[in-house]
Amino acid sequence: MSLFDIPTPAAARRLFLARSGGLVLSGAAVALLAGNDALAATKGGKSTAGDVRILNTALGLEYEGIAAYQVGAESGLLQKPVLDLAVTFQGHHKQHADLLSKTIQKLGGKPVSAKTKYDFPVQTLKTQTDVLRFAAGLEKGAVSAYLGAVPLFGNHDLAKAAASILGDEAMHWAILRNALGETPVPDAYVS
Amino acid sequence: MSARLLAGPILAFAAGAAVAATKGDPKAGEEIYSRCLACHALASDRVGPRHCGLFGRRAGSVKGFEYSDAMKRYKVVWNEKTLDHFLANPLKVVPGTNMTYAGVSDPRERADLIAYLKEANGSAECRK
Repeated sequence: MSLFDIPTPAAARRLFLARSGGLVLSGAAVALLAGNDALAATKGGKSTAGDVRILNTALGLEYEGIAAYQVGAESGLLQKPVLDLAVTFQGHHKQHADLLSKTIQKLGGKPVSAKTKYDFPVQTLKTQTDVLRFAAGLEKGAVSAYLGAVPLFGNHDLAKAAASILGDEAMHWAILRNALGETPVPDAYVS
Repeated sequence: MSARLLAGPILAFAAGAAVAATKGDPKAGEEIYSRCLACHALASDRVGPRHCGLFGRRAGSVKGFEYSDAMKRYKVVWNEKTLDHFLANPLKVVPGTNMTYAGVSDPRERADLIAYLKEANGSAECRK
């Protein structure tokens, strides 16, 4: 069945969600950084220190995203296939965090740790829609954060990898919007 | 240099000054603030510090928040003018800040964002 043959928007969303639960990012970003030993040779410079700072801010964001999806998954408010989707997206954030952490170390930096406690607005999460909206807001913010970080990197490979993560988080945002019954891609550009 | 060549930059500067002097629109600023929500919240500290209480607060002074050394050393008090300057290019204004974000380059957007932050600071969420 195609998404265009679905009789109702709700059914289309269900099918879309079920299918997107199987989305897996290619290993491109991992190959970009984890296998890039040239990065190790660049460590120590002023621009490297700046790059490490950017990566650490991104790592902090990814840890927060992982924790937020954990709150959503454990809330008891998400039904399948939305629950599976949340777990899949959390898995992506875990991959991003792992890559960022290893890259920071490769550059001679010290990766930040996840916080022991995050101050999420859990009292406002009463329905599946609330959780989806909360997650969509975080993903939208993450897209903006990466967009604001990409042009700052001294190393172009790092900028490319950050752009790859940006693309993944933009997909998360679009799918969450779709699950909420909103236009998945509201504009031609993100900001 | 001909007068014609000079006219462009002068007009652009004049337009920029006019925008800076224009009052921002908090409603438009709320949408721009959604970009900040990756790292910030009004009433709680996240990757970035809380924004409640921002106006009149010294930079790098939210208790318990782990700032970069650069931000701790940045001795300004946040107001419309200092925020406008910082938000245009955070890393250029405070090299070494952990706010690794290219900034809000459009003066109109900055004015709107600051207007929203000002309004939000008077909201129930910030008065708690």
